[in-house]
Amino acid sequence: MKSVTQPAVQNAGNAGAGARQERISVSAMIAKFRELGLLAFIILMSLGVQLRNPSFLTWENINDIATNTAILAILSVGMMLVIITRGIDLSIGATLALSGMVAAFTVKQMPDMHPLLVLAIGIGVGLLCGMVLGVLVAWVNILPIIATLGMMNVFRGLTFETSGGKWVSAHQMPASFKEIATGSLLGINNLIAIAIVIYIAAYYFVSYTRTGRRIYAIGSNPDSAVISGIRTGRILWLVYTVMGGLAGLAGVLWVSKFASAQGDTASGYELSVIAACVLGGVSIAGGVGKISGIILGSILLGILNNAMPMINVSPFWQMFIQGSIILIAVLINAMVKRGLDRNNLMRRKI
Amino acid sequence: MEPRVIASKKEFTLKGLFLQWEWLLVLLMMAVFILNMNLSEYFLDYNNLRDATMGFLDKAFIVLPMVFIILMGDIDISVGSIVALSSVIMADLYNHGVPMELAVVICLAVGALCGWINGMLIVRFKELSSVIVTLATMIIYRGIAYILLEDQASGNFPSWFKFLGWDYVGGIPFILIAFALAVAIFAYLLHKTTFGRKVYAIGNNPTAALYSGVRVDRIKVIVFTLAGLMAAVTALFLTSRMGSTRPNIATGYELEVIAMVVLGGVSTAGGKGRMIGAILAVFLIGFLRYGLGLVNVSAQSLLIILGLLLIVAVAIPQLKMRVGAGRKTT
Repeated sequence: MKSVTQPAVQNAGNAGAGARQERISVSAMIAKFRELGLLAFIILMSLGVQLRNPSFLTWENINDIATNTAILAILSVGMMLVIITRGIDLSIGATLALSGMVAAFTVKQMPDMHPLLVLAIGIGVGLLCGMVLGVLVAWVNILPIIATLGMMNVFRGLTFETSGGKWVSAHQMPASFKEIATGSLLGINNLIAIAIVIYIAAYYFVSYTRTGRRIYAIGSNPDSAVISGIRTGRILWLVYTVMGGLAGLAGVLWVSKFASAQGDTASGYELSVIAACVLGGVSIAGGVGKISGIILGSILLGILNNAMPMINVSPFWQMFIQGSIILIAVLINAMVKRGLDRNNLMRRKI
Repeated sequence: MEPRVIASKKEFTLKGLFLQWEWLLVLLMMAVFILNMNLSEYFLDYNNLRDATMGFLDKAFIVLPMVFIILMGDIDISVGSIVALSSVIMADLYNHGVPMELAVVICLAVGALCGWINGMLIVRFKELSSVIVTLATMIIYRGIAYILLEDQASGNFPSWFKFLGWDYVGGIPFILIAFALAVAIFAYLLHKTTFGRKVYAIGNNPTAALYSGVRVDRIKVIVFTLAGLMAAVTALFLTSRMGSTRPNIATGYELEVIAMVVLGGVSTAGGKGRMIGAILAVFLIGFLRYGLGLVNVSAQSLLIILGLLLIVAVAIPQLKMRVGAGRKTT
């Protein structure tokens, strides 16, 4: 079968291998040690950059990378869930901008609002966007790519409309709002702390809750998911709503971090998020994706984004490099899957 | 799943004639005209309308192959980037001493090559959907355009090049004539040749098409190459119209093109739709845009309208199907 979850593939492989001699192919190795490989690559790359520019591995810069990566990492969680259900969400950059703009406008009008309330507003806007998308994808049955492409423009247009084309700049934001991103909790920067909390929650959610497992079931085989009594529509809707909520949260964090809300905030950022996911081994064909993978994928991308200017790579190369990373990562994912399938076929007892 | 029949010829009934998607488009077109006429007195002016077509027809060239792509159940979101890349390469070559005629040919070749790469990736890696492949190439192609031109603009084309985007032949804009020609070719290809029938067959059921001897891969590669080629044609007209080029031109063209195709009644599930619908949608969106532009509706509001239009156009057939299915079961 083409569509089985990765753990299932490995179990089947192990069962077959018990009878015969264990033979590990290259693709099985990559699949098994993908995280280790990514980690090794991250370390090697960091060392390489460090040789070119000694200020790379300083505490300040590492902190910088971590805070920059936090927002990307938060979004990757939602995107992973979406991609696992065989979908894709191109609208998150626009959702992020819209909720960031609404939050920024609110604090501009009411400077002494509690930061948590502002966060709640941002998340609320994001959830609303996600719900609309969820309805379109889950119940109206529009292809995710078309629905999110259309809503991306609607959200982006709304961002411009709410602001009237103006920016909200740093001096219009109260210090309490900017502290959302610069402050720290137990010695850890808020952004990083929030990302860690989200990752722990997401890990529990996808590994130990029924709903979480159902997301994988839908991605592995939508038809059999329906037949086994899973309410596909509800889960799909939930996934897009979660994605929207995370994008809303990220929007407030983004605006607070960069202390500026613009109409074109984060345009094209969805591509970085998708890149982080496919780098982390989330399969576009659905049903496959691990939290540990997307952590490393986000970190790798975060380091790349930070390192390229440090070793004097022209900013105009960044787009090309990012696109190539996505393409190469999905091609490798596809090859690995092919190898695995072939292996399982060979080991099958007849 | 119900078996779907690709009717060779539709049975003619009066009810069937008027209940077609294309009629809805004609009605919508009339609505757009009436709305625009009320909004601005300058709308219904022959010269204005004629010149408006010069403004929006450039991207319409991509609509033609996109109909084929969506009919096959695929999608290509890299077309906007192909426009940018082929335009930038043409301008860059010309400004490095390559004769303009040759640069134009190379522009077309670059477009076709980009499309061919998309097609090859899609047929060689069947487990990857066209969404992710063209998403990646979308970034790569525009990335190359940025590498070549950075944040510069490039122009100074010879004066004859202006002809494409600005001149008339016998009182009719050249771009309109070129578009009519392209429509004739693509409509013939889709509706009157075996190639077109095979495209429908692939859209309805790729596996069945393959087992009936349709060379699915070859047709896909050809169609994607055509999309690249037509994106380069768009690049020619757009560059000629603007007089110079930048790496960020034609951003968001993919959205507009896809919106036109699905508004034209081509089903995103594949296998359903006709060329005439897409052509009507081109003019519908074009005139809507032109009319709203006359009364100073901002580009951002247009974005919202366009996005909603895309969603509604896809939602209506889906909802209709749902209602139909509901009736059948009860």
